[in-house]
Amino acid sequence: MEELLANPYLPPLVMTAAIILVFPLVAGYIVLAERKVLADLQVRLGPMRVGPHGVLQPLADALKLLIKEDIIPAKSDRWIFWLAPVLSTFTALSAFAVLPLSDRFFVADVNIGVLFILAMSSIGALGLILGGWSANSKYSLMGSLRAAAQMVSYEVPLGFATVTGIMCAGTLSMQGIIHAQLDRGVWGAFDNYGLMLVPTVLFIIAATAETNRAPFDLPEAESELVAGFHTEYSGFRWSLFFLAEYAAIVVISSLCVTLFFGGWLRPFPNVAWLETALNTAFPAALFAVIGLGCLRSSPRQVILGFKLVMLALGLAFLAVGALFVVPAVNEAVIGLFWFLFKLAVMVYLFIWYRGTFPRFRYDQLMDVGWRWLIPISMGGLILNAIVQLVARG
Amino acid sequence: MPATTQEPAAAPADTFLDSNELVLNMGPQHPSTHGVLRVILKLDGETVLGTDCVIGYLHRGVEKIGENRTYQQFAPYVDRMDYVAAVSNGLGYCMAVEKLLDAEVPARAQCVRVILTELNRVASHLLWLGTHALDIGAITPVFLCFREREEVLKIFENYCGARLTTHAFRIGGLQYETYDTFEKECLAFCDLMGEKVREYHDLLTGNRIWVKRTKGVGILNADDCKTYGVTGPLLRAAGVAWDLRKAQPYCGYENYDFEVPTAESGDTFDRYIVRMQEMRQSCRIIRQAVDALPSGPIKGRVAKVIKPPKGEAYVSIEAPKGELGYYVVSDGSLKPYRVRVRPPSFVNLAALDRMCRGSLVADVVAIIGTIDIVLGEVDR
Repeated sequence: MEELLANPYLPPLVMTAAIILVFPLVAGYIVLAERKVLADLQVRLGPMRVGPHGVLQPLADALKLLIKEDIIPAKSDRWIFWLAPVLSTFTALSAFAVLPLSDRFFVADVNIGVLFILAMSSIGALGLILGGWSANSKYSLMGSLRAAAQMVSYEVPLGFATVTGIMCAGTLSMQGIIHAQLDRGVWGAFDNYGLMLVPTVLFIIAATAETNRAPFDLPEAESELVAGFHTEYSGFRWSLFFLAEYAAIVVISSLCVTLFFGGWLRPFPNVAWLETALNTAFPAALFAVIGLGCLRSSPRQVILGFKLVMLALGLAFLAVGALFVVPAVNEAVIGLFWFLFKLAVMVYLFIWYRGTFPRFRYDQLMDVGWRWLIPISMGGLILNAIVQLVARG
Repeated sequence: MPATTQEPAAAPADTFLDSNELVLNMGPQHPSTHGVLRVILKLDGETVLGTDCVIGYLHRGVEKIGENRTYQQFAPYVDRMDYVAAVSNGLGYCMAVEKLLDAEVPARAQCVRVILTELNRVASHLLWLGTHALDIGAITPVFLCFREREEVLKIFENYCGARLTTHAFRIGGLQYETYDTFEKECLAFCDLMGEKVREYHDLLTGNRIWVKRTKGVGILNADDCKTYGVTGPLLRAAGVAWDLRKAQPYCGYENYDFEVPTAESGDTFDRYIVRMQEMRQSCRIIRQAVDALPSGPIKGRVAKVIKPPKGEAYVSIEAPKGELGYYVVSDGSLKPYRVRVRPPSFVNLAALDRMCRGSLVADVVAIIGTIDIVLGEVDR
């Protein structure tokens, strides 16, 4: 037993299993969050029926998707049709391996972490293209063609922005990038006298396009192409694409947080007197407010079960908040907290876009990509290189 | 057939493999064909080479039904044509029959008719704005528009019990007197709309993506409009200040002070702006009508059994979507001999191909939205 525990492969394996098992649930809750945030923007309530405030909706959705009929169109290329969602999901989940969730929670810290993520997200695009192609439907085909063109165009500015971030940090290792930011005492986004903001903004724009989110959701533009590349998919295969999309969002947001927003570092990592306020008081207060909100909402629920769920949730949040006050626990999880907090802000940003912007047209998308983002991202790279060379010496 | 008129046999080079054309069927169950419109697109990549509309999926034979109902019985049917502007339909039909009967409509009834019709115009434009924005990918405005439209529907519900297919008017005037807080609620709605139109402008007009998606898309100039018989906001956006409320006033529209918003280029953006301004103008009319609401009877002297003399009448009104005409022929019996409707949606839809050619697939969706069709009215 002791021998087994001492095995260096054990923690990564446990983490891997946890990610594969937990992420579908997390994705479900991101969807719920998206529906709730959109509902908030759109003067409505969102899911309210399954559990209090719809907190059990993701479980109901997952169950529904599992028991739906699985249809493979008669004239489709069966094997590729089967392979495409698997490819998308597999690559998106693989990229989780190098995410630096905190200074202790990660599967692997390889010295080409960033490259690995970019490679995986590029291969993931293949899933979209194959899925659209194999379905033998014109809408799917157009969706996948759009996906192909979009991926190719937006990977360039994404790459340039990433390279700028790597250059600033001086390493490709995800943990290394965060440690570099800790050493320099400033988040990547504000480094080089604020010039790093250029690649940061471009990265966020290109990342939106790379993950096919509004306003760049052309491959699945529902008002034009019905559902784009996954028009012919149903049931669990469709939900795999769905999972892959949300996994891609999490991965690319994590990359953004790591490169430009300090990963698991707290804001102002080198200002010592903020330690208690930010690392203890803030998370404790955050969870306490959420918990109290749940407790306040509990008596208002009509159904007894809902009251109990809300009560349990409230107490759970309060307990989590209380844990942050315990120094030993705090030290262990504070990195994870900050990483997930920043990730949540990024995901919120993606949802906010979706609620606000109309969709680009295909030619305009290309126009924005090639005529604006690529030149600006190249300019940003060169400018940052010069500044770094001159100012850092 | 003489040999000279035969199509020359196509050279093998431009058939099959060398051809880039893709025929794409859009609808009738497509998310953004506004009901059951079916458009067959001929595409070269994403560029539209031509379109072909297939209609009739919602054909209910309304005009034929009209020949088998009495004049009063047919009135509720007209609501089901343009169901988002049912009040306008009812107004047109009632006015046509009144013209046949040569019946006077009391001043109060006229005034209430104007108020309800203008409220309905705002409701119709709100629905258009929401769905149009949704087609272009902005998913939020539709909910905001429905929120405001709800206020109009509440007024309708309070007035006549129905929200959508209202059957608000009767031949010769009105069935119901207005309810107690009618005036107050109408004015409150006008105040609300002034604020909300500004909100829509904030959300869309200033948005660069919105402007890019609508400017220069689906241009239909004044000459084209006249060629196709296109009316309503499409015509006004092309720079022709043609509004039947001004051009041949009916229902006392000559008493109200309002403007006919026009634009110049006739593109999707201009049509958007014109409709947005029309909502404000409608509110302006409603305010004046509420202020000037006379007292008196609400129904003119019309016999219980309507049996118009032999003859025919054509009445056209400015419906939210364009010129809505009713041509009613009487043979002196209890039922109309013929009812012919000139639906603005149907006529305007004919210009779709002209507007779509050379644009992209995404534009087709925007253009269908900007024409503002209701398939109930197209197919009848």
